[in-house]
Order: sequence, then structure tokens, then C-alpha cells
Amino acid sequence: MKLYTRSGRARPQSGGWELAVWYIMRLTGLGLFVTALAHYSVVHFVFDPAEQTAGWIASERWGSVAWRTVDWLMLSFVTFHAFMGMRTVVQDYTSGGVRTLLTMALYAGAFVLFAMGTVVVATMPFPVK
Amino acid sequence: MLFRYRGGEGMLAWAFHRIAGIALWAFILLHVLDIWLAGVNPDLYNEVLQLYASPAGRVGETLLGAALLYHALNGLRIIIMDFWPAMTRYHRQLWYASWVILFAVGIPGAYIILSPIWTGA
Repeated sequence: MKLYTRSGRARPQSGGWELAVWYIMRLTGLGLFVTALAHYSVVHFVFDPAEQTAGWIASERWGSVAWRTVDWLMLSFVTFHAFMGMRTVVQDYTSGGVRTLLTMALYAGAFVLFAMGTVVVATMPFPVK
Repeated sequence: MLFRYRGGEGMLAWAFHRIAGIALWAFILLHVLDIWLAGVNPDLYNEVLQLYASPAGRVGETLLGAALLYHALNGLRIIIMDFWPAMTRYHRQLWYASWVILFAVGIPGAYIILSPIWTGA
């Protein structure tokens, strides 16, 4: 089987949840290839960090529901991709109770971060013009 | 050790992907937190923003961009090999191609991000 050198995780043969995670990692990866690279380009090449005050976010970056939807999609992709990626790292280097504890901490952290991101993108008021 | 071990390009591609991935995860924690701050305490956020716009912040963002672009391109390389197994034969060439793209896009990109340091803009 191991004829070639590769750097990705091998497709799980077990099926079920682990196989689903393997596919979703690739789907969210493709999603982030588009959204995260576009996001980085917008905030660094189209605009400059120096001008991106809280007021600028509300009026320019998040001035429309469409942009907020795109950014919320990116948040969904990145929460899954980053935390499940870290789960792979944890599984590679730990075992037993430590692994269980760290994995649970990652799941809890993902939930908190996703909630914080969702709250701010949904509730930041549009500027009164 | 990383460069002497016999794993070659495939192992380096994996190691860089993992290091970049962990760094990106850490930045995501910081970044969602600071944008959340923009919602609950705009004034404090605007102060934090000055760190991003500072010379040290710009160097950090350039490194972040390099990690992001490497992880994105090598991730695409992984997906290509996963769904088109014949391409694993060319995994080295794919890796070198990702470096060519990284520098072709990254050098002008780094120039744009870093230039306010010396122009004072």
C-alpha cells in the first residue's frame, strides 16, 4: 500500500463518522481556499489594516448581509477545519485520559469560538446613515 | 534533524503543513476574539488594531500570510492526490510547484503589506 510519499491523512477504512470527518476536512479546506485567501487579500491588499477600525467593519466590511453571510460561512468552515485538524494532532501525540481530555477541550473551545463569532457577525449594528 | 531524516520532500511537506496548521489555529483563536471585541468594546478593539498596523504587526501578518498560503497550496496538493491517486507519483513536483506559486504571489504580497513601514503611510 505505502508506495508513495504523501502528506495527508489516509482515508479511514472504518466508514461512518471518521470517514465523514475525512471528507468534511477536504470540503472545508476547499471552502477556505476560496474564502480565507479572499479574506486575507481584501483586508491586506484591497484595504490596509491601519484603516480597519470597528466603525469601518460595521460600515464597509460588514455593510451588507451578503458579506456577513460569506464571513459566517468562513467561520463555519474554519471552526470545523482548525479544531478537527488539532484533534488529529492531539491523536498523533497523546493517548488515554490525556487524549480524551484534550479532545473534549477542543470540542468545547470550538463551540465557544463559533458562538462568539456568530454573535458578533449577527449583532454588530449597521451604521446609522 | 528535519532536513537530514530520510523522509525527503513528502515528509517536509507534512511537517510544514502541520506547523503552519497549528500556527493558523492559534491565530484563529486570537482573530475571532479580537473581532468579537469589535462588537462588545469598539474602543478597546481600535487600540488592539494599532498592534496589527504596527511594523511588528505587519511582519507577523506577512508570516501569517506565508503560513496560510503554504497550508492552502499544500492542502490542494493533498486533495489532488487523494482524489486522483495517479498524481501521487508526482508529489515532489506538486510540492515544488506550490513553492513557486507561494513565492510568485508572496513576494509582491509581502511588499504591499510591509511598505507602509518605510513609507510611513
